[in-house]
Amino acid sequence: MIPVQFDYLAPTSVEEALSALGQHGDDAKILAGGQSLLPVLRMRLNAPEVVIDLGGIASLRGIRDDGDAIVIGAMTTHHDVRDHALVKEHALLLSKAAAEVADSQIRHRGTFGGALAHADPAGDLGAPALALGAQFVIAGAGGTRTVEASDFFVDLFETAIGEDEILTEVRVPKHTGWGAHYEKFVRVAHQWPIVAIAATVKGSIDEARVGLTNMGSTPLRATATEQALAGATATGDGVRAAAELAAEGTNPPSDLNGAADYRQHLARVLTGRAVLKAAGV
Amino acid sequence: MTATQDRPAAEIGKDRRRKEDQRLITGRTRWTDNITLPGMLHLAMVRSPFAHATITSVDVEAAKASPNVVAVLSGKDFGDELGVCINAWPITPDQKTPGHSPMPADRVAFAGEIVAVVVARSAAEARDAAELVDVEYDEQPAVIGIKNALRDEVLAHPDLGTNKSALWVFDSAEAGTGSDVEAAIETARTDGILIEREYRQQRLIPAFMEPRSVVVDPTGEQITMWSATQIPHILRFALAATTGVPESKIRVIAPDVGGGFGGKLQTTPEEWIAWAVARRLSKPVKYTETRSESLMAAHHGRDQVQTLTLAADKEGNVTGFKVHLDADLGAYIAVVGGGVPVLGAFMFNAIYKFPSYRFECQTVLTNTTFTDAYRGAGRPEATYAIERIMDELATEVGVDPLEIRERNWIKHEEFPFTTVAGLEYDTGNYEAATAKAKESFGYDALRAEQKERRERGDRVQLGIGVSTFTEMCGLAPSRVLGSLDYGAGGWEHASVRMLATGKVEIVTGASAHGQGHETAFSQIVADRLGVPFEDVEVLHGDTQIAHKGLDTYGSRSLVVGGEALVKAVDKVIDKAKHLAAHLLEASEDDLEYKGGRFTVAGTDQGVAIQELATAAFAAHNYPEDMEPSIDAEATYDPVNFNYPHGTHLCAMEVDTETGAVKMRKYTCCDDIGTIINPLIVAGQIHGGLVQGIAQALWEEAVHDDAGTLVSGSFVDYLLPTAADTISFDVVHTDDPSIATTNTLGTKGVGEAGTIASTPAVVNAVVDAVRHLGVSDIQMPCTPERVWRAIHAGDGDAPTPETAMPHFREGALNQDEGAGQ
Repeated sequence: MIPVQFDYLAPTSVEEALSALGQHGDDAKILAGGQSLLPVLRMRLNAPEVVIDLGGIASLRGIRDDGDAIVIGAMTTHHDVRDHALVKEHALLLSKAAAEVADSQIRHRGTFGGALAHADPAGDLGAPALALGAQFVIAGAGGTRTVEASDFFVDLFETAIGEDEILTEVRVPKHTGWGAHYEKFVRVAHQWPIVAIAATVKGSIDEARVGLTNMGSTPLRATATEQALAGATATGDGVRAAAELAAEGTNPPSDLNGAADYRQHLARVLTGRAVLKAAGV
Repeated sequence: MTATQDRPAAEIGKDRRRKEDQRLITGRTRWTDNITLPGMLHLAMVRSPFAHATITSVDVEAAKASPNVVAVLSGKDFGDELGVCINAWPITPDQKTPGHSPMPADRVAFAGEIVAVVVARSAAEARDAAELVDVEYDEQPAVIGIKNALRDEVLAHPDLGTNKSALWVFDSAEAGTGSDVEAAIETARTDGILIEREYRQQRLIPAFMEPRSVVVDPTGEQITMWSATQIPHILRFALAATTGVPESKIRVIAPDVGGGFGGKLQTTPEEWIAWAVARRLSKPVKYTETRSESLMAAHHGRDQVQTLTLAADKEGNVTGFKVHLDADLGAYIAVVGGGVPVLGAFMFNAIYKFPSYRFECQTVLTNTTFTDAYRGAGRPEATYAIERIMDELATEVGVDPLEIRERNWIKHEEFPFTTVAGLEYDTGNYEAATAKAKESFGYDALRAEQKERRERGDRVQLGIGVSTFTEMCGLAPSRVLGSLDYGAGGWEHASVRMLATGKVEIVTGASAHGQGHETAFSQIVADRLGVPFEDVEVLHGDTQIAHKGLDTYGSRSLVVGGEALVKAVDKVIDKAKHLAAHLLEASEDDLEYKGGRFTVAGTDQGVAIQELATAAFAAHNYPEDMEPSIDAEATYDPVNFNYPHGTHLCAMEVDTETGAVKMRKYTCCDDIGTIINPLIVAGQIHGGLVQGIAQALWEEAVHDDAGTLVSGSFVDYLLPTAADTISFDVVHTDDPSIATTNTLGTKGVGEAGTIASTPAVVNAVVDAVRHLGVSDIQMPCTPERVWRAIHAGDGDAPTPETAMPHFREGALNQDEGAGQ
């Protein structure tokens, strides 16, 4: 299908992009990898007057070591996140989740920052970012600010990014040596997750962090499960008992793929599996 | 001239790669949407968002003022020249058939129905302007769903007075093909086994790869329509019959067409509107649908409730089968709409020797997209019902599902066999196909593993599903179709043109849209005529070239069209023989034809078919009693359908904690008679299997109560990809049952995989969890449905309506125990 006509801007710096955004305000949409925006435009669910393409801003791509964190440029593709040595070493959970995003073609076009800023609760990267306590660096006319993951996701498709701001990079605290697993439950391979569990654990088990995908209007932490797992021994029965708490405080959707109570059941079962796999049991 | 002695060994049976694939796969070809004509205008449709509404007003002024808009037309702007959408198969004389305008002026009956068309200089401008058309609707109550429709409380078409369109009945006692099914049921009730089930065939969407597209050029002497259709010939006939344009003034071309699966076996509102607009404006126009439009408004498939009663004796010998279908036609009766479930009428008895049989089909109208053929059309529904319920019978008797089938099937020495539905099956060997499938599948080892997992209480349980299918295909016999009140015949036409240079053009009335006719038909001609494969060109899909034909559907192209081709080739050889005898100064009786060459017996004298083609072209020397041509044509009308069969075995793993299902192994042994090209056959089977498996596991078109299609994109209408399937184990019997109704001995294969696979998969899923108290899971078997079925007995959840027995109040419910 054909989108409504729009003007296309291709800034080469963040400053230039911010300036364009300031000029056009909510008539503009930011284009990152385009894997969510273009279908929306083509189905005419949104009709911005201006599309600002960040693809030409080299500084937004790449992954670097920054002491106690790794920093992932917002325009880094899922493919690059999946394969990067720094990610595998210090934030294995992100590598595992990026590997599960859609299909290979989409992973080569879709971007880490674009997916997070889109904030689809069924997106694969929100729960891992939340579980790892990522910090979101957001640039605006007045400079940059950093938002904690717990404050970044506001609601369905809504984040802390203001209308005149751009997500530039994500700082992920190092979880060096933590085991990780992303358990994605789908009916067909290219589908958004019905439910997915992002689990990463230190030792077996000193500390556990568990993020839930598509269990509410934003990515969620399975806090009760995390607390029950801390200091526990990674046995099947023990982990499964802790996982029974995984659906506490969740409010999942009901749709053709499953009613809310089924999703909560899945969250409990899959959390147990994800934690055990992350712990290497 | 080609040296014909050098031509290689037999083409039939050879794994030829498809000669058409390079251009089809690279897209450097002629899809309808690739066609651009001078001055061509583009159309965008305005569609109703409501399932049922009267149209109060259509304001087109803003749209007309939009840039480069040429015209905006609604239903009231057209008269009779718009024509009507036809139903070519009224299944009963008293069928209630709502009028179906391509663009109604007063009332819409499903969401997605077209109410206006915008004509602009570009497709983008047409789309922009379409959003400016302001239609006011007065929303009416909509009836959605078969059971709601049967209540006749809300009417899809109030003027008809009912939603019930037609009741079609076949009864073996009345037809004289069997005994009375009610008597068999009464006997089974007191002294046998009675199984009653209600199965649901969910609504499906054909989802061909190339969206529908149509170009109409009214500027020539003939008005030309290019359309992404399976049926150029039927389309031409219908245009002539409904729009007042003489058939001789109409040329229809189906260029390369990217898949159909029955979904392009239709004469569509979009085609009729494009036709009318082009004629109105005297300009070429193009319309290509979006995927969203395709999912919403191209015809849907299946959608039945099946109420089944199977009577058997205590040993599991079936004594009677009673079938009542309620079939959802959607808002209108499409070209073959009501006939699709009727095609299943002869197949519910499948491969079995049932003494009595009754089939009823009640068609109903609802405010949803109209339904029609979808790969298998009628036969997958029948096969699903019988193969699911035979598994239930096996459970009641307590024997292996293959054993219960063997007790009831037609034995190979009993062919030809006239069934309780009145069809004569010519050949088949169910024992051989089953034995081969079992061996290849590793049936006994998998059964042993299943037992072990059950005993261990493994989280992942294993189930084995069986489907021993047959089908009637190769549509075909014109007299039979006539007796069913079908609006056309079932013959096929072919012609062979021997070109002056010795090359061969063959023209077929079949209309390939991905099947591989170009390759397979070339192989047939190469063998039969004795010319190189590369020298044969297959022409089709243009009514100026292939002037006669009945197109491609119902697994008919090879078994009907291929046979027409053989008959035309044989006529060429006959003519050529007469010419050869003249040129060689020999008697025709002394001529032998082999490898494309006539030789005089006992001499080294001879002449190649290519030389004869040149001689006929030059026409310097030919017999007085013949025309200077060795071209020939033939029209073939078979006397019977065609009955491929096979045994399909499926192993599914079910995660009892989540309900997730995973295919472990799939083996099919199809007996399809002679195989022309094994590679094409494998492709047809693989694709067919995936389509049938997708019905079992993934696909479902869902409307909400208001009639909005909820599964309106591929996010919600789940199509599988290669990532979701496994490598299938495709085998054939060593000694195939050669068809007797065509000289090649072939049987249809285009629909076989789809027809057979759905029940095999569902049987396997149910088998995996039957010991947990599950006897049915509605399609598609989503993880949630599987999980809920497993846990249905855990709490006090009420029995869902679909799981309730349908038999009369207080009757013994055989679900709970053995046949008493």
